[in-house]
Amino acid sequence: MQDTNPNLKQDSDIRSNPIKMSGEKVTVHYGAKQALFDVDLKIEENQVTSLIGPSGCGKSTFLRCLNRMNDTIDICRVGGKIMLDSTDIYNADVDVVELRARVGMVFQKANPFPKSIFENVAYGPRIHGLCRTKAEMDEVVVTSLQKAGLFEEIKDRLDEPGTGLSGGQQQRLCIARAIAVSPEVILMDEPCSALDPIATAKVEELIDELRENYTIVIVTHSMQQAARVSQRTAFFHMGNLVEEGPTDHIFTNPKDKRTQDYITGRFG
Amino acid sequence: MSPLWLLVAIIVFALVGAVLGRNRAVSCVNGNIATLHSRPGYYGSYVLIWTALPAIFYMVAILVAQPFYNSSVIDTELRTGYTQSCDLSLARIEGDADAETPAICEDKEQYETLDTRRALMRSVVESVAIGVSLLDEDTAAKLHNGLVAVRPTLKSVGVALAEDVPGAVVDAANRLNEVNATGNMVLIAGVVLLVILGFVLSYLRVKPRLRARNLVESNIKVALVLASSIAILTTVGIVLSMLFEAIHFFSQVHPFNFFFGTEWDPRFTSAGREGGGEGSFGLIPLLWGTLYISFVALLVAVPIGMFAAIYMAEYANNSVRAIAKPLLEILAGIPTIVYGFFALVTVGPFLHDAGAAIGLNISATSVLTAGFVMGIMLIPFISSLSDDIITAVPQSLRDGSLGLGATKSETIKKVILPAALPGIVGSVLLAASRAIGETMIVVMAAGIAANLTANPFEAVTTVTVKIVSQLTGDLEFNSPQTLVAFALGITLFVITLGLNIFALHIVRKYREQYD
Amino acid sequence: MTDATNTQGETIATSTQRDLGLKKRYSKERRFQALGITAIILGVLFLVMLFLSIVTKGYSAFQQTKIHLDLYLNAELIDPSGNRDISTIQMPIRYNKVLERAVSKAVGLDPNDKATRKQQRVAKSLLSKGASVDLRDLVVENPDLIGTRIDYWALADGDIDSFVKGQIPRDIPETQRLVKDAQIAYIDQLVEDGAMEKQFNTNLFVNGPSSRPESAGIAVAVMGSIFMMLIVLVLALPIGVAASIYLEEFAPKNRWTDLIEVNINNLAAVPSIVFGLLGLAVFINFAGLPRSASLVGGLVLTLMTLPTIIIATRSALKAVPPSIREAALGVGASKTQAIFHHVLPLATPGILTGTIIGLAQALGETAPLLMIGMVAFIKDFPTTPLDPATALPVQIYMWSGEAQRAFTERTSAAILILLAFLALMNISAVLLRRRFERRW
Repeated sequence: MQDTNPNLKQDSDIRSNPIKMSGEKVTVHYGAKQALFDVDLKIEENQVTSLIGPSGCGKSTFLRCLNRMNDTIDICRVGGKIMLDSTDIYNADVDVVELRARVGMVFQKANPFPKSIFENVAYGPRIHGLCRTKAEMDEVVVTSLQKAGLFEEIKDRLDEPGTGLSGGQQQRLCIARAIAVSPEVILMDEPCSALDPIATAKVEELIDELRENYTIVIVTHSMQQAARVSQRTAFFHMGNLVEEGPTDHIFTNPKDKRTQDYITGRFG
Repeated sequence: MSPLWLLVAIIVFALVGAVLGRNRAVSCVNGNIATLHSRPGYYGSYVLIWTALPAIFYMVAILVAQPFYNSSVIDTELRTGYTQSCDLSLARIEGDADAETPAICEDKEQYETLDTRRALMRSVVESVAIGVSLLDEDTAAKLHNGLVAVRPTLKSVGVALAEDVPGAVVDAANRLNEVNATGNMVLIAGVVLLVILGFVLSYLRVKPRLRARNLVESNIKVALVLASSIAILTTVGIVLSMLFEAIHFFSQVHPFNFFFGTEWDPRFTSAGREGGGEGSFGLIPLLWGTLYISFVALLVAVPIGMFAAIYMAEYANNSVRAIAKPLLEILAGIPTIVYGFFALVTVGPFLHDAGAAIGLNISATSVLTAGFVMGIMLIPFISSLSDDIITAVPQSLRDGSLGLGATKSETIKKVILPAALPGIVGSVLLAASRAIGETMIVVMAAGIAANLTANPFEAVTTVTVKIVSQLTGDLEFNSPQTLVAFALGITLFVITLGLNIFALHIVRKYREQYD
Repeated sequence: MTDATNTQGETIATSTQRDLGLKKRYSKERRFQALGITAIILGVLFLVMLFLSIVTKGYSAFQQTKIHLDLYLNAELIDPSGNRDISTIQMPIRYNKVLERAVSKAVGLDPNDKATRKQQRVAKSLLSKGASVDLRDLVVENPDLIGTRIDYWALADGDIDSFVKGQIPRDIPETQRLVKDAQIAYIDQLVEDGAMEKQFNTNLFVNGPSSRPESAGIAVAVMGSIFMMLIVLVLALPIGVAASIYLEEFAPKNRWTDLIEVNINNLAAVPSIVFGLLGLAVFINFAGLPRSASLVGGLVLTLMTLPTIIIATRSALKAVPPSIREAALGVGASKTQAIFHHVLPLATPGILTGTIIGLAQALGETAPLLMIGMVAFIKDFPTTPLDPATALPVQIYMWSGEAQRAFTERTSAAILILLAFLALMNISAVLLRRRFERRW
């Protein structure tokens, strides 16, 4: 389990990477209830940023703001700014379809479509018209499955339904599905919460590999997981961003009392 | 005493018994009811059940059995009566070679060979019996001895007969009255006996240790089981009754001619006779009309219903949904007779005029009219079922697709609808089964001519229309013209049942998938 | 992979700008949405058309043209013997002459003038042939009126009524017109005098069927419907609730209960006409109940309504949380007590809602009633469930087969009344649900 290289986490407070996305004074209301209070958070390119905190702290809400998945909830209102590169993604002229093609998402519960494995992965490229030919499509599907570390296991069963795979395989299929669109950022909402430890380890390994090509934001319940996979960690509590910094700093030397309590297991 | 009053009497007595039983329980423990096994009311109910139920069951049994017994009595009486009179007349004309067969012997012959004749005579005997019972004793005696004519005598007490009747009928009627009187005696005596017996035995058993509640509750449970088996009984009743009459029909018309005949013209055969003109009871044109109209109806209802459901489930905000959904559901609450009338006076003439304006000859009753109006009726079935099914597709699938940057319509077309497909197929099949079984719209808007045509502007007829037209009006019950309705009915039942079971199975499987 | 050149106002990225075919995809999206909206609009449009067609055809039937007559109830014509013998004065034919004379006078003719007989006959044709029966009923009830002079509004003939309501246009050629020129002249004269006007059509609500549209009404049919609804209520509600309680609370999960379950769901979808055949074969042919009786109709409708009530009751019972049952069992109640004292009362609103909806369905049902002989001309009010009766929707069906314009109008009016009943029932079901609905 502890096979991820701890030496990777050497970042200091000085940011070594360009900023890919950033939130400025982000607020979210669900109806009358406010779920996020003025969150400022910067997400570095080609790094894994994990969002941690107790249940209901707003970490998933923030994550869903990053590709405007909150738009699908009628009563949800988002305030503040969220920049992707140099554009505020909540600008009226930003196209949500285009945005989501650049900022992909993997969900808590693996949600393969009730179609074949191939069709699951091909879905994104197909709707976006990314592949001109069948050969191109085959290639995209195969590379995506390879990148998701799934190809070897299922290469003979591409025509079988994606829902027939095991839980861990389903989740990796969903990751492959997200990769197939070639996003720049991948958002992961507790991707391992429904998986057993072995499947979890595989997914974590995958996340670490994906970092090379993608910027990754991951919400997780498990502090160990955050410690294992991420370079930077943000701690949320009751809708506020309490603390953000390099993962080893947050875990070894938290500045805020609440972070400390959470990490030492006083609450959560 | 009429059965209804007898029933009231039983219930009143049982209620009195219940009060007595309750009081006995209370007085047994000197008012200290906590020492009773059950609450006092249960002792009352216990007595009530045992006082009323056996008597009521007995009463129902007698009332059910009586008509059967009566008809056998009438039959024996009439047969002997006819034989005697016939023999008598034959004896009178013996030796006279030119004499025709006496009328009474023809009657006898008819009575013995024809079911319909027997049924008719039975009802004549019954009405004569009512008439005789209304006469005063003197006239009744005269009638019995054949001193006065039957028909005028009975007319004086308000019983009208179609024709004068032979003496045998009067004898049978008298016998029937005797049997009825005896039956009544047996009924009342039995009821009184059972009520008293039931009361006394249960009353004596009322003791503090009697587990009255358990006994009452087990009775309640039996009642619940009986109630729930009524559903089964209904199905069994449907199948048996229709099968019975249909078999009767198939003994007169060959099943092959029915199921594969392409011509429908029941008039070629005449009542009570053997067989029928070949192919004149052909099911094919009716089935064709039924399916054609249902197809047109689905052509109207499926796209409208589906798109309405998709829009309401995926796009509409709450206020649009709150208005549109009930409005569409009103369509489901309108009786089909209203749709039929709408088709008859508005849609039919409109289509006819519209067709005339562009040079088409659309008859006022046509496949198009009936199908279109039936389609309107089916819109809410499709839309509300599909709505349920689309909303049952888990949000995670929507998120998965939207998260990849699919537009809403892409998500719907490529993820939600394929996932919901089985359920939607189920709902379309349910709608189809409704269309096939629909009666009033087609009776009023489809026409009555059995046409095997592909032209949607012509009139066709359907299975249900023919069931209605064969059974309304004065047809003899045992003729194939009437019995064919049951053959049609069971065909309809089998088709719709098959569709329903299949569709409900699909829908259920689909629901389980996402539960 | 990304190297954003930061010029404001650009769409998201520059270097990674891919051709996602957005324009085309969004126009598809709009088309798809438009289809959805069109579908809903079409559905609602059909509903509106249906209502408009019936309302515009039917509202006029709530009025009926009547003619004001200054009526002398001549004792010599009505009761020549003078002893008020009921068998004499109850013959409608005796009143014809009285009415004829009065209507002739009303249009300004001398009833005794033999020269104007032809005109007098035209004047007489304005009156309904049922007018004498109505007058007879009035006089039989108050024999003292004989020999007096009364103000009387007599029914106009059905075609005259249609003409006055403008349903028979004046401008079609006389040979094709049901109302002739001579009649029109008198009508215009009477309307001008104020002696002919439209009044509220009470006949529609208090009369039975009639071959004359102007005196036809729905009261007998409504009576039959009421009988049947009572029978359905009395039988279907207790049986349905009992069956649901058994299936939901007691039944073990086994093949038998599975069978019952599948059965009930299927019965709910069996065509109604099949229930009619069942009624004909079982209740009439086998059990020997009288044809056309509302008892048979009620039984058939009960069997049809049972599945609806059972399904509704079961879901109402299901909605009561198990904690309620456990609480009752926990204090020592028996299972039956827990159900009857606690679960059933909590489920009552749901059960009643389902029952009302089932009754509304039964009220509008026509086809099975045709099978059991309820499609018949029945003039007398049924007094027991065994009397021949008909039902409101069947009456509508029978009237819709009549050719006269005045019957079309009355059919629509009867439909409006039926729909009003149904609306009332459904609204009360909705209100009941809103008022008592409980979320656990």
